[in-house]
Amino acid sequence: MERIQVGGVSLEVTSVGEGPPLLFLHGGDYFAQHRDFFETLARQWRVFVPRHPGFGRSEQPDGFRTVHDLAYLYLDLIDRQELGKVTLVGSSFGGWIALEMCVRCVEKIDRLALIDAVGVKFGGREDRDIADIYALSHDELLARTFSDPAGAAPDYSRLTDEEAVLVARDRQATAHYGWRPYMHNPGLRQWLHRVRVPALVLWGDGDGIVSADYGQKLCRSLPKARFELIRKAGHYPQIERPAEVADAIDRFARAEVLW
Amino acid sequence: MKVWHFSEMAYHPAWPQLRDSYRVIVPSRLYDPKIGADLYHRYLDEWALCDELGINIMTNEHHATATCADSVCTIPMAILARETKKVRLLALGMPIGNRNDPIRVAEEYSTLDVISRGRIEMGFVKGVPFEIAPANTNPVDLMERFWEAHDLILKAMTSHDGPFNWEGTHFHYRSVNVWPRPYQQPHPPVWMPVGSPGSAMEAAERGMTIGVLNTGWVRTPPIFEAYRNKAAEVGRPMTPQRLAYMALIGVGDSRAEGERRADQILGYSRTSGIVAPQFMNPPGYASPALSAQALKTSGAGFRAGRIQSRDGRNIDPRTMAAADAIDAGLVFAGTPDDVFAQLCAFYDHVGGFGHLLMMGQGGLLSHEDTVANLTLFSREVLPRIADLGV
Repeated sequence: MERIQVGGVSLEVTSVGEGPPLLFLHGGDYFAQHRDFFETLARQWRVFVPRHPGFGRSEQPDGFRTVHDLAYLYLDLIDRQELGKVTLVGSSFGGWIALEMCVRCVEKIDRLALIDAVGVKFGGREDRDIADIYALSHDELLARTFSDPAGAAPDYSRLTDEEAVLVARDRQATAHYGWRPYMHNPGLRQWLHRVRVPALVLWGDGDGIVSADYGQKLCRSLPKARFELIRKAGHYPQIERPAEVADAIDRFARAEVLW
Repeated sequence: MKVWHFSEMAYHPAWPQLRDSYRVIVPSRLYDPKIGADLYHRYLDEWALCDELGINIMTNEHHATATCADSVCTIPMAILARETKKVRLLALGMPIGNRNDPIRVAEEYSTLDVISRGRIEMGFVKGVPFEIAPANTNPVDLMERFWEAHDLILKAMTSHDGPFNWEGTHFHYRSVNVWPRPYQQPHPPVWMPVGSPGSAMEAAERGMTIGVLNTGWVRTPPIFEAYRNKAAEVGRPMTPQRLAYMALIGVGDSRAEGERRADQILGYSRTSGIVAPQFMNPPGYASPALSAQALKTSGAGFRAGRIQSRDGRNIDPRTMAAADAIDAGLVFAGTPDDVFAQLCAFYDHVGGFGHLLMMGQGGLLSHEDTVANLTLFSREVLPRIADLGV
């Protein structure tokens, strides 16, 4: 495990591979299940994965209370690590952070890939755009999260105490940032026109947390975005279909942007 | 010892229709307001009777549940503040980390204190984990909000020179000026329910009275011990009046009658922990270390019930027999002599306390049984424990 300091904040980071820089912002849960995805990406990219403040072994600074704080932190991180122009990839909660970064500043962002992102509210006040993961039974949560829960969901009873504490910290930190308003910023939608970079919106066809319909609305709200479904995948396609997701990102990075 | 009669005002007619969760997701179509009205009046009559019996009154609140139809603990108190004349009124209490407006809490408590001519005792509660979903408050910083609200409420009740400014982490007011000011000076006594030595120490530092609920023979002594030690450490005067213990109490003319009453009151313990597991351990409510253990043993949720017998057996509260509950110190039951003996044994075991929070009604215990239970307790037990814990 590596650590970096961004401003006064100490973050755990994973840094693997050689190639152009790719900054991956993880979602709220199942971080330990990303190993295959990172290894696949590392064949083409210099992959840089910070653990968000409060997650994993990253510290939770007192003043960090909203996704805005995370967005500014990662804009700082790109500057201070001198990563150059990055391909920014955000999954779920990390997609929300990525959007908050892009509406602020895309100077150091080459392209944006969102994977089953949250963060935007499209429906009315009585519509639930994003499933309430805290109100679902354990079985329903897994069924909505994974296309194949039996194959993809981790067996928590086999974790060491230390590993289980890391998962608990991830869940606590996700709630810290995303509890209310639930997993979105009510003001974000009106600024999405500022995401002035080519964007790829990837979505698991079986995502029961945020539907593909939500993904298409998100895609249409961005100035230069294309939508692509990942088959046989739920809310974390990069866990269930790591090769397909990595391939989609590679193709997107190489493509002449015509949209 | 001061004794307080407590009931959750259960809406038990819905219980036969419930299975996996008595809380949070129970639809209110199962509540018949005509039956509910009769129940409210009946529970209020029982509390009003306490004024004649010399038993103080305690209310609480829960939300979205058939186990407790008291969703605003100060509403029954508002009625009883006028209907009673003598006994003290404890709301244990207000979930100040879950309420959005601490100033409103200060106003409610101050108003009650004035109407009751200084008989209010103010409970501030963290709230059980399954109160998070109905309130939709962030469980991660619940205690941070709790203590900020606590500080603001007390400052608001004790500031009498016009508006002051409060721009905190969670609460923002530019003109705090609570009317009426409280009757008791500087403010009514402050209580907090606690379930662990750690929170007992936080209360001890501030001189709050702690109420321990459902901790029984095994878990109560370390909590009281932690409070006493912390009070000594910070130089707070320690009296038994800082410590309260809740027990379910069934007393009868015969042992069988007292135990039958207790068995019916145990309907409270047997139902109150039946909650859909996803609401039992919201992230951040417990420490990552505790949540990690829950994760490893039961997926996402906490297992309900941490009741232990004297010899360390785990007892499932949902199926708990009266005999086990008596053994665990949750219930005192039988004849007045039995109840007195059980209470004294428990009192000695935990090192003494000044308040007995008596659940004199719970579950399906009828009005007639509740009246008899309270009356017999008042006549036969209360005089014998008057000198305990003073």
